[in-house]
Amino acid sequence: MSGTDLVVLVLLGAGLAFYAAGSLGLLRFPDTASRLHALTKADNLGLGLVALAAAIYGGSLAMAAKIALVWLFAVIAAGTTSQLLARRTRLDEPRPDASDSAPDGEAR
Amino acid sequence: MVWRVADWFTLAAIFLLLTVAAALVRCWRGPGPVERIMAAQLAGTGVIGVAVVLGAARGDAAFLDAALIGTLLAAIAVTAFVRGTARPGDRSEDKE
Amino acid sequence: MTFAFDLILCLMILGTAGIALFVRDALAAIAFFIAFGNLMGLTWLGLDAVNVALAEIAIGAGVTGVLLILARARLLALGDDATCSGTPLWLRLGALAACAGFVVLLAASVLSIPPESGLDRVVAPLMPGLGIENRVTGVLLAFRAYDTLLESFVLLGALVAVWSLAPAGAWPGRPADPGMTDAPMRRVAGTFGQLLLPVALVMAAYLVWAGSDLPGGAFQAGTVLAGGLLVAAMGGTIGLPSSDRPLLRAALVLGPAVFLAIGLAGIAAGGLLVYPEGMAKALIVIIEYTLFLSIGVTLALLVAGPPVPDASHPNPEGKG
Repeated sequence: MSGTDLVVLVLLGAGLAFYAAGSLGLLRFPDTASRLHALTKADNLGLGLVALAAAIYGGSLAMAAKIALVWLFAVIAAGTTSQLLARRTRLDEPRPDASDSAPDGEAR
Repeated sequence: MVWRVADWFTLAAIFLLLTVAAALVRCWRGPGPVERIMAAQLAGTGVIGVAVVLGAARGDAAFLDAALIGTLLAAIAVTAFVRGTARPGDRSEDKE
Repeated sequence: MTFAFDLILCLMILGTAGIALFVRDALAAIAFFIAFGNLMGLTWLGLDAVNVALAEIAIGAGVTGVLLILARARLLALGDDATCSGTPLWLRLGALAACAGFVVLLAASVLSIPPESGLDRVVAPLMPGLGIENRVTGVLLAFRAYDTLLESFVLLGALVAVWSLAPAGAWPGRPADPGMTDAPMRRVAGTFGQLLLPVALVMAAYLVWAGSDLPGGAFQAGTVLAGGLLVAAMGGTIGLPSSDRPLLRAALVLGPAVFLAIGLAGIAAGGLLVYPEGMAKALIVIIEYTLFLSIGVTLALLVAGPPVPDASHPNPEGKG
Protein backbone atom coordinates (compact mmCIF):
# COMPACT_ATOMS: atom_id res chain seq x y z
CA MET A 1 0.00 0.00 0.00
CA SER A 2 1.51 3.29 -1.09
CA GLY A 3 1.58 6.48 0.94
CA THR A 4 -1.14 8.03 -1.19
CA ASP A 5 -3.40 5.05 -0.59
CA LEU A 6 -2.89 5.41 3.12
CA VAL A 7 -3.83 9.10 3.01
CA VAL A 8 -6.93 8.24 0.97
CA LEU A 9 -7.99 5.57 3.45
CA VAL A 10 -7.45 7.81 6.47
CA LEU A 11 -9.47 10.64 4.89
CA LEU A 12 -12.21 8.21 3.88
CA GLY A 13 -12.40 6.74 7.37
CA ALA A 14 -12.49 10.15 9.02
CA GLY A 15 -15.20 11.29 6.61
CA LEU A 16 -17.36 8.27 7.36
CA ALA A 17 -16.90 8.85 11.09
CA PHE A 18 -18.32 12.37 10.71
CA TYR A 19 -21.20 11.08 8.61
CA ALA A 20 -21.94 8.56 11.33
CA ALA A 21 -21.76 11.32 13.95
CA GLY A 22 -24.23 13.40 11.92
CA SER A 23 -26.74 10.59 11.62
CA LEU A 24 -26.31 9.64 15.26
CA GLY A 25 -26.83 13.25 16.31
CA LEU A 26 -29.96 13.51 14.21
CA LEU A 27 -31.30 10.36 15.87
CA ARG A 28 -30.25 11.02 19.46
CA PHE A 29 -30.22 14.78 20.09
CA PRO A 30 -33.20 15.97 22.10
CA ASP A 31 -34.48 19.03 20.22
CA THR A 32 -34.69 20.56 16.77
CA ALA A 33 -31.94 23.15 17.18
CA SER A 34 -29.32 20.66 18.35
CA ARG A 35 -30.33 18.22 15.62
CA LEU A 36 -29.75 21.05 13.17
CA HIS A 37 -26.18 21.26 14.48
CA ALA A 38 -25.65 17.59 13.74
CA LEU A 39 -27.16 17.91 10.32
CA THR A 40 -25.31 20.90 8.95
CA LYS A 41 -21.89 20.62 10.54
CA ALA A 42 -20.97 16.99 10.95
CA ASP A 43 -22.15 15.57 7.68
CA ASN A 44 -20.80 18.40 5.53
CA LEU A 45 -17.41 17.92 7.15
CA GLY A 46 -17.88 14.22 6.44
CA LEU A 47 -18.72 14.98 2.81
CA GLY A 48 -15.65 17.25 2.61
CA LEU A 49 -13.29 14.54 3.87
CA VAL A 50 -14.84 11.83 1.69
CA ALA A 51 -14.69 14.22 -1.29
CA LEU A 52 -11.03 14.95 -0.57
CA ALA A 53 -10.29 11.24 -0.49
CA ALA A 54 -12.16 10.77 -3.77
CA ALA A 55 -10.35 13.72 -5.37
CA ILE A 56 -6.91 12.37 -4.42
CA TYR A 57 -7.85 8.87 -5.55
CA GLY A 58 -9.47 10.09 -8.78
CA GLY A 59 -6.12 11.48 -9.87
CA SER A 60 -7.24 13.88 -12.59
CA LEU A 61 -7.39 17.61 -11.99
CA ALA A 62 -10.74 17.97 -13.78
CA MET A 63 -12.32 15.40 -11.51
CA ALA A 64 -10.84 17.01 -8.40
CA ALA A 65 -12.20 20.41 -9.50
CA LYS A 66 -15.68 18.96 -9.99
CA ILE A 67 -15.55 17.27 -6.59
CA ALA A 68 -14.52 20.59 -5.05
CA LEU A 69 -17.56 22.22 -6.69
CA VAL A 70 -19.88 19.55 -5.28
CA TRP A 71 -18.56 20.19 -1.78
CA LEU A 72 -18.62 23.98 -2.17
CA PHE A 73 -22.29 23.94 -3.14
CA ALA A 74 -23.19 21.42 -0.48
CA VAL A 75 -21.70 23.78 2.12
CA ILE A 76 -23.41 26.87 0.69
CA ALA A 77 -26.71 25.02 0.50
CA ALA A 78 -26.36 23.70 4.06
CA GLY A 79 -25.48 27.16 5.38
CA THR A 80 -28.57 28.61 3.75
CA THR A 81 -31.02 25.87 4.59
CA SER A 82 -29.90 25.61 8.22
CA GLN A 83 -30.57 29.32 8.76
CA LEU A 84 -33.95 29.00 7.09
CA LEU A 85 -34.89 25.89 9.08
CA ALA A 86 -33.76 27.48 12.34
CA ARG A 87 -35.86 30.54 11.62
CA ARG A 88 -38.81 28.34 10.74
CA THR A 89 -38.42 26.44 14.00
CA ARG A 90 -38.38 29.67 15.94
CA LEU A 91 -41.48 30.99 14.21
CA ASP A 92 -43.31 27.71 14.71
CA GLU A 93 -42.56 27.47 18.43
CA PRO A 94 -43.83 30.67 19.99
CA ARG A 95 -42.19 31.30 23.36
CA PRO A 96 -43.02 34.52 25.15
CA ASP A 97 -39.60 35.01 26.82
CA ALA A 98 -36.50 36.26 25.02
CA SER A 99 -34.67 32.95 25.38
CA ASP A 100 -35.81 31.85 21.95
CA SER A 101 -33.23 33.95 20.18
CA ALA A 102 -30.66 31.19 20.48
CA PRO A 103 -31.59 28.90 17.57
CA ASP A 104 -30.89 31.08 14.58
CA GLY A 105 -27.93 32.74 16.20
CA GLU A 106 -25.96 29.57 16.61
CA ALA A 107 -27.27 27.00 14.22
CA ARG A 108 -25.24 28.10 11.23
CA MET B 1 -8.66 -11.55 -0.41
CA VAL B 2 -6.57 -8.58 -1.41
CA TRP B 3 -8.26 -5.25 -0.77
CA ARG B 4 -7.82 -2.70 -3.48
CA VAL B 5 -8.53 0.96 -2.73
CA ALA B 6 -11.58 0.81 -5.02
CA ASP B 7 -13.03 -1.83 -2.67
CA TRP B 8 -12.63 0.56 0.24
CA PHE B 9 -14.65 3.10 -1.73
CA THR B 10 -17.41 0.53 -2.29
CA LEU B 11 -17.33 -0.27 1.42
CA ALA B 12 -17.62 3.45 2.11
CA ALA B 13 -20.65 3.59 -0.20
CA ILE B 14 -22.31 0.81 1.82
CA PHE B 15 -21.55 2.65 5.04
CA LEU B 16 -23.01 5.87 3.64
CA LEU B 17 -26.18 4.02 2.65
CA LEU B 18 -26.52 2.88 6.25
CA THR B 19 -26.22 6.47 7.51
CA VAL B 20 -28.93 7.40 5.02
CA ALA B 21 -31.09 4.63 6.49
CA ALA B 22 -30.47 6.01 9.98
CA ALA B 23 -31.50 9.48 8.84
CA LEU B 24 -34.67 8.01 7.34
CA VAL B 25 -35.57 6.56 10.74
CA ARG B 26 -35.62 10.11 12.08
CA CYS B 27 -37.66 11.15 9.07
CA TRP B 28 -40.22 8.49 9.87
CA ARG B 29 -40.39 9.25 13.60
CA GLY B 30 -40.63 13.01 13.14
CA PRO B 31 -42.02 14.38 15.37
CA GLY B 32 -42.27 17.74 13.62
CA PRO B 33 -42.19 18.71 9.96
CA VAL B 34 -38.79 20.40 10.43
CA GLU B 35 -37.33 17.07 11.61
CA ARG B 36 -38.67 15.26 8.59
CA ILE B 37 -37.21 17.79 6.18
CA MET B 38 -33.89 17.84 8.05
CA ALA B 39 -33.72 14.06 7.83
CA ALA B 40 -34.53 14.18 4.12
CA GLN B 41 -31.72 16.66 3.67
CA LEU B 42 -29.28 14.47 5.59
CA ALA B 43 -30.34 11.54 3.41
CA GLY B 44 -29.65 13.77 0.40
CA THR B 45 -26.14 14.58 1.65
CA GLY B 46 -25.55 10.86 2.13
CA VAL B 47 -26.71 10.08 -1.39
CA ILE B 48 -24.41 12.81 -2.75
CA GLY B 49 -21.58 11.20 -0.80
CA VAL B 50 -22.40 7.83 -2.37
CA ALA B 51 -22.38 9.39 -5.86
CA VAL B 52 -18.98 11.01 -5.19
CA VAL B 53 -17.53 7.79 -3.80
CA LEU B 54 -18.88 5.63 -6.63
CA GLY B 55 -17.68 8.18 -9.19
CA ALA B 56 -14.17 7.99 -7.70
CA ALA B 57 -14.22 4.19 -7.55
CA ARG B 58 -15.21 3.94 -11.22
CA GLY B 59 -13.31 7.01 -12.41
CA ASP B 60 -16.43 8.43 -14.08
CA ALA B 61 -16.74 12.21 -13.73
CA ALA B 62 -20.36 12.16 -14.94
CA PHE B 63 -21.36 10.74 -11.54
CA LEU B 64 -20.29 14.07 -10.11
CA ASP B 65 -22.79 15.91 -12.32
CA ALA B 66 -25.48 13.84 -10.64
CA ALA B 67 -24.06 14.81 -7.24
CA LEU B 68 -23.99 18.48 -8.21
CA ILE B 69 -27.59 18.46 -9.45
CA GLY B 70 -28.65 16.65 -6.30
CA THR B 71 -26.99 19.30 -4.15
CA LEU B 72 -28.64 22.21 -5.96
CA LEU B 73 -32.14 20.73 -6.02
CA ALA B 74 -32.12 19.45 -2.42
CA ALA B 75 -31.52 23.00 -1.22
CA ILE B 76 -34.42 24.19 -3.36
CA ALA B 77 -36.78 21.63 -1.79
CA VAL B 78 -35.85 22.84 1.70
CA THR B 79 -36.32 26.46 0.66
CA ALA B 80 -39.77 25.61 -0.71
CA PHE B 81 -40.67 23.85 2.54
CA VAL B 82 -39.57 26.76 4.72
CA ARG B 83 -41.53 29.16 2.57
CA GLY B 84 -44.70 27.14 2.67
CA THR B 85 -45.02 25.97 6.26
CA ALA B 86 -46.22 28.41 8.80
CA ARG B 87 -48.79 28.76 11.50
CA PRO B 88 -51.99 30.30 10.15
CA GLY B 89 -51.24 33.57 11.92
CA ASP B 90 -47.98 34.02 10.03
CA ARG B 91 -49.73 33.83 6.73
CA SER B 92 -52.09 36.76 7.20
CA GLU B 93 -50.53 38.79 4.37
CA ASP B 94 -50.16 35.71 2.25
CA LYS B 95 -53.77 34.94 1.38
CA GLU B 96 -54.26 34.55 -2.30
CA MET C 1 -18.84 -6.14 -2.08
CA THR C 2 -20.76 -4.59 -4.97
CA PHE C 3 -23.43 -7.23 -4.40
CA ALA C 4 -23.86 -6.13 -0.78
CA PHE C 5 -24.19 -2.51 -1.94
CA ASP C 6 -26.81 -3.45 -4.54
CA LEU C 7 -28.74 -5.54 -2.05
CA ILE C 8 -28.87 -2.79 0.59
CA LEU C 9 -29.82 -0.25 -2.06
CA CYS C 10 -32.67 -2.45 -3.31
CA LEU C 11 -34.00 -3.02 0.21
CA MET C 12 -33.87 0.71 0.94
CA ILE C 13 -35.69 1.52 -2.30
CA LEU C 14 -38.47 -0.94 -1.46
CA GLY C 15 -38.59 0.39 2.10
CA THR C 16 -38.78 4.06 1.15
CA ALA C 17 -41.39 3.30 -1.51
CA GLY C 18 -43.50 1.36 0.98
CA ILE C 19 -43.31 4.06 3.65
CA ALA C 20 -44.04 6.82 1.12
CA LEU C 21 -47.19 4.94 0.16
CA PHE C 22 -48.47 4.00 3.61
CA VAL C 23 -47.43 6.80 5.97
CA ARG C 24 -50.26 9.07 7.10
CA ASP C 25 -48.41 12.37 7.32
CA ALA C 26 -48.19 14.01 3.90
CA LEU C 27 -44.81 15.63 4.57
CA ALA C 28 -43.29 12.31 5.65
CA ALA C 29 -44.66 10.75 2.48
CA ILE C 30 -43.05 13.54 0.41
CA ALA C 31 -39.72 13.23 2.25
CA PHE C 32 -39.66 9.48 1.61
CA PHE C 33 -40.64 10.04 -2.01
CA ILE C 34 -37.65 12.38 -2.42
CA ALA C 35 -35.36 9.85 -0.72
CA PHE C 36 -36.81 7.16 -2.99
CA GLY C 37 -36.01 9.27 -6.08
CA ASN C 38 -32.44 9.88 -4.92
CA LEU C 39 -31.90 6.18 -4.24
CA MET C 40 -33.33 5.33 -7.66
CA GLY C 41 -30.83 7.81 -9.09
CA LEU C 42 -28.05 5.88 -7.33
CA THR C 43 -29.37 2.67 -8.86
CA TRP C 44 -29.17 4.14 -12.34
CA LEU C 45 -25.65 5.35 -11.56
CA GLY C 46 -24.77 1.84 -10.46
CA LEU C 47 -26.09 0.50 -13.76
CA ASP C 48 -23.95 3.08 -15.63
CA ALA C 49 -27.11 4.72 -16.98
CA VAL C 50 -25.95 8.18 -15.99
CA ASN C 51 -28.39 9.96 -18.32
CA VAL C 52 -31.32 8.35 -16.55
CA ALA C 53 -29.74 9.00 -13.15
CA LEU C 54 -29.46 12.71 -13.93
CA ALA C 55 -33.10 12.82 -15.04
CA GLU C 56 -34.30 10.87 -11.99
CA ILE C 57 -32.40 13.02 -9.50
CA ALA C 58 -33.32 16.29 -11.22
CA ILE C 59 -36.95 15.63 -12.16
CA GLY C 60 -38.05 12.66 -10.03
CA ALA C 61 -36.55 13.74 -6.73
CA GLY C 62 -35.81 17.44 -7.29
CA VAL C 63 -38.54 19.35 -9.07
CA THR C 64 -41.33 16.85 -8.26
CA GLY C 65 -40.33 17.09 -4.60
CA VAL C 66 -40.55 20.90 -4.73
CA LEU C 67 -43.92 20.63 -6.47
CA LEU C 68 -45.30 18.27 -3.81
CA ILE C 69 -43.97 20.42 -0.95
CA LEU C 70 -45.62 23.52 -2.41
CA ALA C 71 -48.85 21.59 -3.03
CA ARG C 72 -48.90 20.55 0.63
CA ALA C 73 -48.33 24.15 1.72
CA ARG C 74 -51.26 25.18 -0.46
CA LEU C 75 -53.50 22.53 1.11
CA LEU C 76 -52.50 23.75 4.59
CA ALA C 77 -53.24 27.33 3.59
CA LEU C 78 -56.69 26.25 2.42
CA GLY C 79 -57.38 24.68 5.82
CA ASP C 80 -56.81 21.05 4.89
CA ASP C 81 -54.77 19.14 7.47
CA ALA C 82 -52.73 17.40 4.72
CA THR C 83 -52.87 13.93 6.16
CA CYS C 84 -53.94 10.91 4.20
CA SER C 85 -57.41 10.07 5.39
CA GLY C 86 -58.81 6.55 5.22
CA THR C 87 -59.76 5.33 1.77
CA PRO C 88 -62.68 2.92 1.24
CA LEU C 89 -61.64 -0.73 1.20
CA TRP C 90 -62.98 -1.38 -2.31
CA LEU C 91 -60.86 1.49 -3.66
CA ARG C 92 -57.72 0.15 -2.00
CA LEU C 93 -58.35 -3.39 -3.21
CA GLY C 94 -59.14 -2.10 -6.69
CA ALA C 95 -55.93 -0.09 -6.77
CA LEU C 96 -54.02 -3.13 -5.54
CA ALA C 97 -55.51 -5.30 -8.28
CA ALA C 98 -54.82 -2.70 -10.98
CA CYS C 99 -51.21 -2.20 -9.85
CA ALA C 100 -50.59 -5.94 -9.53
CA GLY C 101 -51.94 -6.50 -13.04
CA PHE C 102 -49.72 -3.75 -14.38
CA VAL C 103 -46.65 -5.12 -12.61
CA VAL C 104 -47.28 -8.59 -14.05
CA LEU C 105 -47.66 -7.13 -17.54
CA LEU C 106 -44.50 -5.07 -17.13
CA ALA C 107 -42.49 -7.96 -15.74
CA ALA C 108 -43.71 -10.26 -18.53
CA SER C 109 -42.74 -7.76 -21.23
CA VAL C 110 -39.33 -7.04 -19.67
CA LEU C 111 -38.57 -10.75 -19.28
CA SER C 112 -39.64 -11.44 -22.88
CA ILE C 113 -36.84 -9.18 -24.20
CA PRO C 114 -33.87 -11.36 -25.17
CA PRO C 115 -30.78 -10.10 -23.31
CA GLU C 116 -28.70 -9.54 -26.45
CA SER C 117 -31.32 -7.52 -28.32
CA GLY C 118 -30.41 -4.12 -26.85
CA LEU C 119 -30.79 -0.95 -28.90
CA ASP C 120 -27.06 -0.37 -28.56
CA ARG C 121 -26.28 -2.78 -31.38
CA VAL C 122 -28.63 -0.94 -33.73
CA VAL C 123 -27.64 2.56 -32.67
CA ALA C 124 -23.85 2.23 -32.41
CA PRO C 125 -23.13 1.88 -36.16
CA LEU C 126 -25.36 4.90 -36.90
CA MET C 127 -23.66 7.29 -34.48
CA PRO C 128 -20.70 8.36 -36.68
CA GLY C 129 -23.18 9.90 -39.13
CA LEU C 130 -24.39 12.27 -36.41
CA GLY C 131 -21.00 13.44 -35.15
CA ILE C 132 -22.00 13.10 -31.48
CA GLU C 133 -20.97 10.45 -28.97
CA ASN C 134 -23.86 10.19 -26.50
CA ARG C 135 -26.12 7.45 -27.83
CA VAL C 136 -29.02 8.51 -25.65
CA THR C 137 -28.93 11.96 -27.21
CA GLY C 138 -28.66 10.27 -30.60
CA VAL C 139 -31.86 8.33 -29.95
CA LEU C 140 -33.73 11.25 -28.39
CA LEU C 141 -32.84 13.86 -30.99
CA ALA C 142 -32.18 11.96 -34.19
CA PHE C 143 -33.46 8.40 -34.42
CA ARG C 144 -36.62 8.95 -32.38
CA ALA C 145 -36.73 12.73 -32.58
CA TYR C 146 -40.52 12.85 -33.03
CA ASP C 147 -40.95 11.42 -29.51
CA THR C 148 -38.95 14.28 -28.07
CA LEU C 149 -40.69 16.81 -30.29
CA LEU C 150 -44.10 15.61 -29.09
CA GLU C 151 -42.89 15.61 -25.48
CA SER C 152 -41.89 19.23 -25.74
CA PHE C 153 -45.40 20.05 -26.94
CA VAL C 154 -46.95 17.96 -24.16
CA LEU C 155 -45.04 20.06 -21.62
CA LEU C 156 -46.36 23.22 -23.26
CA GLY C 157 -49.86 21.73 -23.21
CA ALA C 158 -49.51 21.00 -19.49
CA LEU C 159 -48.72 24.64 -18.82
CA VAL C 160 -51.73 25.73 -20.87
CA ALA C 161 -53.88 23.34 -18.81
CA VAL C 162 -52.53 24.77 -15.54
CA TRP C 163 -53.07 28.32 -16.77
CA SER C 164 -56.65 27.47 -17.72
CA LEU C 165 -57.30 26.86 -14.01
CA ALA C 166 -56.86 30.57 -13.32
CA PRO C 167 -59.93 32.00 -11.59
CA ALA C 168 -62.15 34.39 -13.55
CA GLY C 169 -60.66 37.88 -13.56
CA ALA C 170 -57.16 36.69 -12.76
CA TRP C 171 -56.20 36.19 -16.38
CA PRO C 172 -53.70 37.29 -17.63
CA GLY C 173 -52.09 37.96 -14.28
CA ARG C 174 -49.07 36.66 -12.44
CA PRO C 175 -48.86 33.42 -10.45
CA ALA C 176 -49.05 33.73 -6.67
CA ASP C 177 -45.89 35.41 -5.39
CA PRO C 178 -43.67 32.51 -4.22
CA GLY C 179 -41.47 34.88 -2.21
CA MET C 180 -40.79 34.35 1.49
CA THR C 181 -43.23 36.31 3.63
CA ASP C 182 -40.88 36.52 6.61
CA ALA C 183 -38.34 39.32 6.11
CA PRO C 184 -35.20 37.63 7.57
CA MET C 185 -35.91 34.48 5.59
CA ARG C 186 -36.40 36.55 2.48
CA ARG C 187 -32.96 38.09 2.94
CA VAL C 188 -31.27 34.71 3.41
CA ALA C 189 -33.14 33.13 0.52
CA GLY C 190 -32.50 36.25 -1.57
CA THR C 191 -28.73 35.94 -1.18
CA PHE C 192 -28.99 32.25 -1.98
CA GLY C 193 -31.11 32.93 -5.06
CA GLN C 194 -28.74 35.61 -6.35
CA LEU C 195 -25.92 33.11 -6.08
CA LEU C 196 -27.79 30.07 -7.32
CA LEU C 197 -29.48 31.47 -10.43
CA PRO C 198 -26.24 32.21 -12.33
CA VAL C 199 -24.74 28.95 -11.09
CA ALA C 200 -27.81 27.04 -12.30
CA LEU C 201 -27.57 28.78 -15.69
CA VAL C 202 -23.92 27.80 -16.11
CA MET C 203 -24.57 24.28 -14.85
CA ALA C 204 -27.51 23.89 -17.24
CA ALA C 205 -25.57 25.24 -20.21
CA TYR C 206 -22.79 22.81 -19.36
CA LEU C 207 -25.22 19.89 -19.16
CA VAL C 208 -26.62 20.68 -22.61
CA TRP C 209 -23.15 21.00 -24.07
CA ALA C 210 -21.95 17.82 -22.39
CA GLY C 211 -25.11 16.08 -23.60
CA SER C 212 -23.69 15.68 -27.11
CA ASP C 213 -20.88 13.40 -26.01
CA LEU C 214 -21.39 12.66 -22.31
CA PRO C 215 -24.43 12.18 -20.07
CA GLY C 216 -26.63 15.25 -19.98
CA GLY C 217 -29.25 16.86 -22.16
CA ALA C 218 -32.00 19.41 -22.54
CA PHE C 219 -34.49 17.96 -20.02
CA GLN C 220 -31.96 17.62 -17.21
CA ALA C 221 -30.58 21.08 -17.97
CA GLY C 222 -34.07 22.59 -18.14
CA THR C 223 -34.83 21.18 -14.70
CA VAL C 224 -31.70 22.75 -13.23
CA LEU C 225 -32.67 26.09 -14.79
CA ALA C 226 -36.20 25.77 -13.39
CA GLY C 227 -34.73 25.11 -9.93
CA GLY C 228 -32.57 28.23 -10.16
CA LEU C 229 -35.52 30.35 -11.29
CA LEU C 230 -37.73 29.05 -8.45
CA VAL C 231 -35.14 29.79 -5.75
CA ALA C 232 -34.56 33.25 -7.18
CA ALA C 233 -38.33 33.83 -7.14
CA MET C 234 -38.67 32.56 -3.54
CA GLY C 235 -35.91 34.92 -2.43
CA GLY C 236 -37.52 37.85 -4.25
CA THR C 237 -34.56 38.22 -6.62
CA ILE C 238 -36.79 37.88 -9.64
CA GLY C 239 -40.54 38.38 -9.92
CA LEU C 240 -42.67 35.92 -11.84
CA PRO C 241 -43.87 37.45 -15.10
CA SER C 242 -47.44 38.13 -16.09
CA SER C 243 -48.65 35.33 -18.34
CA ASP C 244 -49.27 37.60 -21.34
CA ARG C 245 -45.74 39.03 -21.51
CA PRO C 246 -44.62 38.62 -25.16
CA LEU C 247 -41.07 37.80 -24.08
CA LEU C 248 -42.35 35.03 -21.80
CA ARG C 249 -44.53 33.58 -24.52
CA ALA C 250 -41.56 33.65 -26.89
CA ALA C 251 -39.37 31.82 -24.35
CA LEU C 252 -42.06 29.17 -23.87
CA VAL C 253 -42.52 28.34 -27.56
CA LEU C 254 -38.93 28.95 -28.73
CA GLY C 255 -37.68 25.40 -28.16
CA PRO C 256 -40.62 23.45 -29.61
CA ALA C 257 -40.93 25.95 -32.51
CA VAL C 258 -37.24 25.74 -33.46
CA PHE C 259 -37.40 21.95 -33.18
CA LEU C 260 -40.48 21.83 -35.40
CA ALA C 261 -38.98 24.25 -37.93
CA ILE C 262 -35.76 22.25 -38.23
CA GLY C 263 -37.80 19.07 -38.45
CA LEU C 264 -39.95 20.47 -41.27
CA ALA C 265 -36.88 21.81 -43.06
CA GLY C 266 -35.59 18.24 -42.98
CA ILE C 267 -38.24 17.33 -45.55
CA ALA C 268 -35.95 19.00 -48.14
CA ALA C 269 -33.16 16.65 -47.04
CA GLY C 270 -35.24 13.50 -47.30
CA GLY C 271 -37.99 13.46 -44.69
CA LEU C 272 -39.53 14.92 -41.56
CA LEU C 273 -36.89 15.36 -38.84
CA VAL C 274 -34.06 14.21 -41.12
CA TYR C 275 -30.86 16.21 -40.64
CA PRO C 276 -28.80 17.08 -43.75
CA GLU C 277 -25.47 15.25 -44.08
CA GLY C 278 -22.77 16.81 -41.92
CA MET C 279 -25.08 19.29 -40.17
CA ALA C 280 -26.59 16.91 -37.63
CA LYS C 281 -24.47 17.91 -34.65
CA ALA C 282 -24.89 21.65 -35.19
CA LEU C 283 -28.66 21.30 -35.57
CA ILE C 284 -28.95 19.02 -32.54
CA VAL C 285 -27.01 21.49 -30.40
CA ILE C 286 -29.24 24.37 -31.57
CA ILE C 287 -32.38 22.36 -30.82
CA GLU C 288 -31.10 21.32 -27.40
CA TYR C 289 -30.15 24.84 -26.33
CA THR C 290 -33.47 26.38 -27.35
CA LEU C 291 -35.36 23.40 -25.92
CA PHE C 292 -33.56 23.62 -22.57
CA LEU C 293 -34.51 27.30 -22.22
CA SER C 294 -38.18 26.59 -22.97
CA ILE C 295 -38.28 23.52 -20.71
CA GLY C 296 -36.70 25.46 -17.84
CA VAL C 297 -39.17 28.35 -18.05
CA THR C 298 -42.14 25.99 -18.56
CA LEU C 299 -41.23 23.79 -15.56
CA ALA C 300 -40.75 26.82 -13.30
CA LEU C 301 -44.15 28.18 -14.29
CA LEU C 302 -45.79 24.77 -13.88
CA VAL C 303 -44.55 24.68 -10.29
CA ALA C 304 -45.58 28.31 -9.72
CA GLY C 305 -49.19 27.53 -10.66
CA PRO C 306 -51.95 29.47 -12.44
CA PRO C 307 -52.32 33.26 -12.33
CA VAL C 308 -54.12 34.67 -9.28
CA PRO C 309 -56.06 37.94 -8.87
CA ASP C 310 -53.63 40.81 -8.73
CA ALA C 311 -54.74 42.54 -5.50
CA SER C 312 -52.64 40.20 -3.35
CA HIS C 313 -49.25 41.47 -4.40
CA PRO C 314 -48.08 43.95 -1.85
CA ASN C 315 -44.34 43.46 -1.72
CA PRO C 316 -43.53 43.78 2.00
CA GLU C 317 -40.01 45.15 1.64
CA GLY C 318 -40.35 46.67 -1.78
CA LYS C 319 -37.30 44.70 -2.85
CA GLY C 320 -37.30 43.99 -6.57
